[in-house]
Amino acid sequence: MAKITYIEHSGAEHVVDVETGLTVMEGAIRNLVPGIDADCGGACACATCHVYVDPDWMDRTGPRQSMEESMLDFASDVRDNSRLSCQIKVSGALDGLIVRLPEQQG
Amino acid sequence: MTAGTLIIGAGQAGLSAAEALRKRGYDAPVTLIGDEPAPPYQRPPLSKGYLSRELPADRLWLKPESYYAAAAIDLRPGVRIARIDRAARCVLTTDGELIAFDHLILATGGAARRLPLPGADLPGVHVLRSLAHADALSDALARARRLAIIGAGYIGLEVAASARKRGLEVTVLEAADRPMARTASPLLGGWFGALHRGYGVDLQVSTGVAAITGSHRADGVRLMDGERIEADVVLIAAGLAPGVELAEDAGLACADGILVDHHARTSDPGIYAIGDVARFDSALYGRSIRLESVQNAIEQGRAAAAAICGAPAPYDPVPWFWSDQYAIKLQIAGLIDGADRMVRRGDPEEGAFALFHFKGDVLIACEAVNCAPEFMAAQRLIAARARPDPDRLRDVTVAMRAFLS
Repeated sequence: MAKITYIEHSGAEHVVDVETGLTVMEGAIRNLVPGIDADCGGACACATCHVYVDPDWMDRTGPRQSMEESMLDFASDVRDNSRLSCQIKVSGALDGLIVRLPEQQG
Repeated sequence: MTAGTLIIGAGQAGLSAAEALRKRGYDAPVTLIGDEPAPPYQRPPLSKGYLSRELPADRLWLKPESYYAAAAIDLRPGVRIARIDRAARCVLTTDGELIAFDHLILATGGAARRLPLPGADLPGVHVLRSLAHADALSDALARARRLAIIGAGYIGLEVAASARKRGLEVTVLEAADRPMARTASPLLGGWFGALHRGYGVDLQVSTGVAAITGSHRADGVRLMDGERIEADVVLIAAGLAPGVELAEDAGLACADGILVDHHARTSDPGIYAIGDVARFDSALYGRSIRLESVQNAIEQGRAAAAAICGAPAPYDPVPWFWSDQYAIKLQIAGLIDGADRMVRRGDPEEGAFALFHFKGDVLIACEAVNCAPEFMAAQRLIAARARPDPDRLRDVTVAMRAFLS
């Protein structure tokens, strides 16, 4: 389990426990956190699960994968700390992770 | 109290419509009826990660169990509808229950086609559309050594890749002269054929199947030329027959799908059809289309919800699709039918390339193999009916972003 804080664009916070082995995207879907569409279900095919990783956590979430990098290149409002949350696997090392959600997906 | 909206079909499209109704503030009852016992789940992994046993069942659910009560969606799995009574604005379940509606949404998907072949009903012959099908096929593969797949479309090829990962010997039999003949360009189909052969799949094209053999259970396939292929399990992967029966019986206009307008409305203005079962006129492509895809399920579901909520927005999508086979990600934007010219970017020999398809000067489709930027840019270019310069598209030193400005 890892405690993850999802912060909506409006500022609303959702602090939830996410099972190890799931993705950060799945953690949001399973806990009814709004703002992550994940149309393709985690196949890295659609770029609708975009999140901003809190800068303090970027080392631990690791770098973008190359396919992810390409998909993000075409998402809106992409920043240095942008990730596709379907590509971040939850482990004990991410206990306490904070991610922020963009105003819109796609 | 109003009867609200009744959705028949609890797949990706039906769920999308229910979710979109609630997101729009629709406050009448929403009932989501599915004939399968499972709650709404993702179908794409059934032939991919679920079948290769990399993804467990509990990661297929589109929503957690708590969602339905929280969103006031009355999810009723395992319920079959016998007929629609348009005059009385209600449906009758096979258990004899009457359920009234103000708005009805048909999201009935379809059934995997079973070919009229001798032996097609033998035990050991499978199709793949539902979670129950995937479980049955997966269990059978666990006890099998050789798998024969009839049909080299997406499902057939994805199952071939998953079965190879599980160590089975796989034969794929395709009547056309190349894989994915119905939806993909010859170059792409040929490339995927070579990919599968490289992974040890015995892919035979231009090969007709005469019968599935076996006395008590399937033990192989006999080809038109008399040759026999031995197999412990046979999968028929011959596409989808749209689930139009309820609509046809109710007198709604159908033609290889339920006919709907740009707001997903059928010939009865209070009845909608969405997802794999719906056929509509594409302004973008200038003809009627029926899409079997996640993109269409989600977006057409939203379009129906918008219309019901009195905020109709015309649905004229750029279709998109993806497929995962071995380490390859194929992403397709648009439809290639009607294209008269192809431009290649990147080298197929190197395993990453994109094929751009034009009708005249207008880009209408892109097939991207391990080429996400080409796919993402093409979606926008196709929507804008853009005329990108073919010579620059061919030039991999020109970034795809440059075409969007």
